[in-house]
Amino acid sequence: MNMVDSAQPFKTLLGPESDSQRTQYPYVTGTSVVGVKYKDGILMASDMGASYGSTLRYKSVERMKPIGKHSLLGASGEISDFQEILHYLDELILYDNMWDDGNSLGPKEVHSYLTRVMYNRRNKFNPFWNSLVLGGVKNGQKYLGTVSMIGVHFEDSHVATGFGNHLARPILREEWNENMSYEDGVKLLEKCMRVLLYRDRSAVNKIQIAKITEEGVTISRPYALKTFWEFNAFKNPTVGAEGSW
Amino acid sequence: MSKLEFDVPAKGGFSFDLCKRNEMLMKKGVQPPSYRKTGTTIVGLIFQDGVILGADTRATEGPIVCDKNCEKIHYMAPNIYCCGAGTAADTEAVTDMVSSQLQLHRHHTGRESRVITALTLLKSHLFNYQGYVQAALVLGGVDVTGPHLHTIYPHGSTDTLPFATMGSGSLAAMAVFESKYHEGLTRDEGIKLVTEAICSGIFNDLGSGSNVDVCVITKGHKEYLRNHLLPNPRSYVSAKGFSFSKKTEVLLTKVTPLKEKVEIIQSGEAMEE
Repeated sequence: MNMVDSAQPFKTLLGPESDSQRTQYPYVTGTSVVGVKYKDGILMASDMGASYGSTLRYKSVERMKPIGKHSLLGASGEISDFQEILHYLDELILYDNMWDDGNSLGPKEVHSYLTRVMYNRRNKFNPFWNSLVLGGVKNGQKYLGTVSMIGVHFEDSHVATGFGNHLARPILREEWNENMSYEDGVKLLEKCMRVLLYRDRSAVNKIQIAKITEEGVTISRPYALKTFWEFNAFKNPTVGAEGSW
Repeated sequence: MSKLEFDVPAKGGFSFDLCKRNEMLMKKGVQPPSYRKTGTTIVGLIFQDGVILGADTRATEGPIVCDKNCEKIHYMAPNIYCCGAGTAADTEAVTDMVSSQLQLHRHHTGRESRVITALTLLKSHLFNYQGYVQAALVLGGVDVTGPHLHTIYPHGSTDTLPFATMGSGSLAAMAVFESKYHEGLTRDEGIKLVTEAICSGIFNDLGSGSNVDVCVITKGHKEYLRNHLLPNPRSYVSAKGFSFSKKTEVLLTKVTPLKEKVEIIQSGEAMEE
């Protein structure tokens, strides 16, 4: 009878979930973002799709945006929350510029700010439903970090969000190395994005790759990846197994 | 003489009599016992001469590793092997059962078993039980019609594929396959790719671990490479052995091994007819 008593009071204190005005589930979502450190800075890749449930609603959404002079923010998850975060960051950068003191907010500072914002919202049970990737280079120092919607944050040499955690990180763990050139980095990211395109249902074949170096941030024009569907087994899958599928 | 009344369940299938009681218990907060699952990464691929199957060797009971070196590649027929993921009891039982059925069928027809026979027997059994038999299988073999590789899901659906992965580590292994598989692999390339995929599962998925088992099946020949790779050795063994503290005088040292170490020379294959 102990089990019955402990379960009941907890449920009644919270009240029914339907009363809540807070973000319960995301509506328009972007899928994975993958980022790696390379010799000259940071490379980040994401596709340009935003799904509305199971429909691929928007196919030209830029999910990576430059922040200030030194950083790039990529986001997966609820797009409206991403836009709100960009609004907050806009304000942050503006105030920083208004000081006009020769200093500018670097990637570490922006990452720290984002962590505080995300964790604070989570504590109020009203999270920004995003997984963020923040990369940047300042004074020769490369920085690549991530923040999740519950405030889990860390810094690493290669990060991924969403499905990228399961599909891209194993590849990155095997094939990433400290001194990759730009071409190597792009090839590695394209490999990850290709696997994600094959195996993530919400992926679109329209990707952008962003590069951050000491000189600044450049986001490439969108392009499509080459895919291969000519396996013999796909041509006639049930030869020798008549009647199966 | 009084007749004893037994509640005999209907012939075949499951009896759902205790479901209401279980639901009531769950509402009161009673945790149901966890099943022994083979967390798992299992893979298969078709190379130029046949089929290669691979599996990790970790079996979990919830958060605990209950078997560090279990066998997940099950024998079905001399030319057919099956990897199993999901509830360990279900994969063992269902592969054993179909293996026996195949053997009877071989005696009946006088011919080598075909992979699609095993496929049909497995899928109809699993469909009958509507997904309650939680076995996800990768079935591979070479018969008179050529090499075949199939995946079978717990509800009874199947796929015929050139390369396949199942289990909790399937995404990590599939990432390796999708980026590196091509047609016309040689035997060594195939084994290397399978080992890489299983290692990807072992190191990136918590439900998979320990060692890599590989099975290569070609026309008329098969090789079961048990523990083909041991990437998780016990590296920090104390060299000193047991030492006593505070100047205890050792009067006598006698070491009695608990188990006798016997070398078994395996002649022929287990379960061969």
